[in-house]
Amino acid sequence: MSLQEDIAVVTRVNGPVVTASGMGRACLGDQVEVGNEKLTGEIITLEHDVATIQVYEDTIGLKPGEPVVSRGEPLSAVLGPGLLKGIYDGIQRPLEKLREQSGVFLGRGLNVPAIDPDSTWDYEPALKPGARVAGNTILGRVQETALVKHAIMVPPGIEGELVWAAEAGNRRAGDPVARVATPAGEREVTMIQRWPIRRPRPVSRRLPPRVPMLTGQRVIDFFFPVARGGAAAIPGGFGTGKTVTQHQLAKWSDVDIIVYIGCGERGNEMTQVLEEFPALKDPRSGRPLMERTLLIANTSNMPVTAREASIYTGITMAEYYRDMGLHVAVMADSTSRWAEALREISGRLEQMPAEEGYPAYLASRVGEVYERAGRVEVVEPAGGAVREGSLTMVGAVSPPGGDFSEPVVTHTKRFVRAFWGLDRDLASARHFPSIHWNTSYSEYDVSAWYAERAELPWSELRRRATDLLKEDDRLQNIVKLIGPDALPDRQRVVLETARMIKEAFLQQGAFSAVDSYCPIEKQLGMMDVILSFHDGAQKALASGRPVFEIMSAPVVERIFRMKEEVGADQAADRLAQLKKQVSDSLAD
Amino acid sequence: MQASGGRTYRDVQRVQGPILVVERVADVAYGERVEVLCADGTRRRGSVLDISDRRAVVQVFEGGTGLSLRGTQVRFLGEPLRFTVSRELLGRVLNGAGEPLDGCPKPFGGVTRGIYGSAINPVMRDYPMDVIETGVSVIDGMNTLVRGQKLPIFSGNGLPHNDLAAQIARQARIRGTDESFAVVFAAMGIKNDDAAFFREELERTGALENATMFINLASDPAEERLVTPRYALTLAEHLAFDHGYHVLVILTDMTNYCESLREMTSARGEVPSRKGYPGYLYSDLAEIYERCGRVRGAKGSITQIPILTMPNDDITHPIPDLTGYITEGQIVLDRELHQKGVYPPINPLPSLSRIMKDAIGGTRTREDHPNTANQLYSSYSAVGGIRSLAAIVGADELTAADRAHLEFGDAFEREFIAQPRDLRRTVEETLDLAWRTLGLLPRESLHRVSEKQIEERYARREKAEENR
Ligand SMILES: Nc1ncnc2c1ncn2[C@@H]1O[C@H](COP(=O)(O)OP(=O)(O)OP(=O)(O)O)[C@@H](O)[C@H]1O
Ligand SMILES: [Mg+2]
Repeated sequence: MSLQEDIAVVTRVNGPVVTASGMGRACLGDQVEVGNEKLTGEIITLEHDVATIQVYEDTIGLKPGEPVVSRGEPLSAVLGPGLLKGIYDGIQRPLEKLREQSGVFLGRGLNVPAIDPDSTWDYEPALKPGARVAGNTILGRVQETALVKHAIMVPPGIEGELVWAAEAGNRRAGDPVARVATPAGEREVTMIQRWPIRRPRPVSRRLPPRVPMLTGQRVIDFFFPVARGGAAAIPGGFGTGKTVTQHQLAKWSDVDIIVYIGCGERGNEMTQVLEEFPALKDPRSGRPLMERTLLIANTSNMPVTAREASIYTGITMAEYYRDMGLHVAVMADSTSRWAEALREISGRLEQMPAEEGYPAYLASRVGEVYERAGRVEVVEPAGGAVREGSLTMVGAVSPPGGDFSEPVVTHTKRFVRAFWGLDRDLASARHFPSIHWNTSYSEYDVSAWYAERAELPWSELRRRATDLLKEDDRLQNIVKLIGPDALPDRQRVVLETARMIKEAFLQQGAFSAVDSYCPIEKQLGMMDVILSFHDGAQKALASGRPVFEIMSAPVVERIFRMKEEVGADQAADRLAQLKKQVSDSLAD
Repeated sequence: MQASGGRTYRDVQRVQGPILVVERVADVAYGERVEVLCADGTRRRGSVLDISDRRAVVQVFEGGTGLSLRGTQVRFLGEPLRFTVSRELLGRVLNGAGEPLDGCPKPFGGVTRGIYGSAINPVMRDYPMDVIETGVSVIDGMNTLVRGQKLPIFSGNGLPHNDLAAQIARQARIRGTDESFAVVFAAMGIKNDDAAFFREELERTGALENATMFINLASDPAEERLVTPRYALTLAEHLAFDHGYHVLVILTDMTNYCESLREMTSARGEVPSRKGYPGYLYSDLAEIYERCGRVRGAKGSITQIPILTMPNDDITHPIPDLTGYITEGQIVLDRELHQKGVYPPINPLPSLSRIMKDAIGGTRTREDHPNTANQLYSSYSAVGGIRSLAAIVGADELTAADRAHLEFGDAFEREFIAQPRDLRRTVEETLDLAWRTLGLLPRESLHRVSEKQIEERYARREKAEENR
């Protein structure tokens, strides 16, 4: 596909940014091969016949005069069965395959497709010739992993009549499964399609995000939920728990597909996912979590340009699964490293910096990324069948000095509606997750879903718990000055209940065998127990019980330990019993 | 890229700081090694930072001072910066660019590698799992170091980070074995007596023959610092992944490294980010810190202990901040503890070891280790607030539980954190000591440990006698 007649050569090498002349026929955004080693790059500016290229690999040794060849297409992701369980770099090169070529260390100029066209799949057709098809029409299916049935769809942009459809059977991914008569002639469709990573896949209709994405994490589900198709940010200084939280979400969220993007972070964290996920079971299906997971690892020491691309590569793959009618969650750790990649490239282009050296287009890029989240409806032209899919986007943000007023956090806030602010002091005290109840918020209204599905009144419990935390916050300012003993008894009970909410409810150890994942019935049951303690304690006070006696009641210890003592099975019943025990012991 | 013997150019157009611009060059590669011949016959070293079809921008390790536009010749050597490494380098003292400083000749043979290395393919990593017993309680008990981890020491001027690093290098053993480490020590811009201290320490304990020192002193060329850690890590990778050594790399002082980088980038007129440091400081540091760990199929490992001094003790300064974002935790030294006479003055609260969770507990260290560590964190974090309250209302106005926390806080600092410089505590001793200090707290306040662990290990202690 390369445009052979172009004789383009490198004229300058400045780190990952390379200039080439003789590029008159190439297009902005084209993928190029740079130098004798055929390093992969992308054209980021074009002026006359001079192109500026960001190269996705180390450029040491590259010389002016070496050839540059355009591949004649924008940087694209390869989409099809076989992506799941895989691990890719920022421009979707399969790391397992690269290892066969270059061993322990990553080599350069390696070009391996993300999906092997020779891989074979048991294909079941869904449509017969004669049907009208358009982009995202499902032609057939293959079982990609035990957990995921992969829909083979017509690539967006192709529309017309299905003139030939492959029969059921074992087929090569690269072979045609259908032919479509389009106004522009007949088009073949295989199991593999390509899509430019920087362009969102088309959506027929967006739906409002109203259904919670349950994560099994109490502080999120109960206090600050994110809806399926929504966007959330986790900002926090180093070591406050962004990665652990995202790993937790990747493990336990009730979605069909997880795309985990390690964007400029640690190598060992990716290794950890690779070692841990195959061994962990999805709490709903009982299958290894890896079967629904896809990883992108462009670690901090891998080329910064590929880091910039990694977010788009990940989202494009996520959108593809979304279009099949699946619920997908994307974890991006960390979007700050992606923003810094933008900054570094813009600096090398000598563009005028805006805030803190970031380019002026930072805000719009952040917006473009989060806007690719959504709950969508895909309409089939054939029978008019409708399927729903969603892409939930969760981005970690790593602000310098943990200061939330810096540009990446402030711009991100404009585009997300759930904000989980991590707190350094909580992390130092090993209060995990260190998501602070005062700085966090969620604007997703999922109350209708809870009202319909949950036995206990979520909205009511949440409102009461939030009020208690607010009152506690106010009282703590007084306690700091005069000590708790000086407060009236009623308020001391408030402090005690708030302590229970913080320690017994909000704290949730990611590494605890019992408590790592907390189903929603258990979450509601636990809060119900705590609030019944509060009510019982206030009543007991009114009937003359001394406050120290209430606080040292043996049942208090049970409340502090309930998250570990009550497993996920029959949690609702066991917590209802505990609630009764609490009321009884305070009523004596 | 092949060595073509070198091409010499004389058309030097500009010298600014460590940057030199040469015009009308041909066939020069990005990253190429350069030799600068000065008018007085001396030589300097450098490499190509930016190359276009006519002009090369060269960074000179020894700086540009004293270079003239006329008499200077620049030779491009046709290869990137490389280092010939072999195990014969153990026992040697080298300069910041890998040249012998000890008067002995360069070893024969070895393999030649580019000093910038290549990223480890994430699928080839093995997750670090083997606990290193350092014998230091706050580290082993609360911030356990694991073989293959990168765990920096965040210090300040005048704090005993050198003593601590030397103590770790001396005492570190894989738990349950006698295996010690090969040490690769890289000094960047440190004082002569600090370098001498490490050298004597290694000599005194007989560890020098299993160590390589790369020394760039404060008086040595500042630009050379930018390559010193890369030479050191090229050797470390060779020892660990080709020869199966467990290597402990000590990099000190990363603050000096970052300052040299700032100097170089500002001389190039690059757009600065926070406090004048380049926007890519994170990526640059990551290229250093990520050269660490264990890989599949190799017996050895690289454990990194970078040391940095926080300007004004400010942990939010870009150097500690970006380091903390890359490394797998940090050990933070605290001036207040130091002034109280506590050695090692490690404040556990801002300190962290991210890898420890998978490496401790069960049969790996002791069953109660994770919970006990958590309990210490939780209890000690409450102490600060209670101390401030006590200062306002007086200790007598405190609740009994708060008074107990004050007792605990003092005992924890004096008995648990503090320890003699030559003492090696086992993990068991450390954990027993932890329970002794926890004994000063009422049992109802211990929610991080299980009731069974309380049954087995807790004994109420009324007062910390020795501190009254
Ligand atoms: N939910 C949790 N349960 C238990 N421990 C946790 C939890 N969250 C965080 N931690 C602890 O905090 C440490 C740091 O967390 P994490 O690695 O997620 O931080 P981070 O915010 O991603 O930091 P960085 O920005 O440097 O990557 C973990 O190694 C773990 O010890
Ligand atoms: Mg992280």
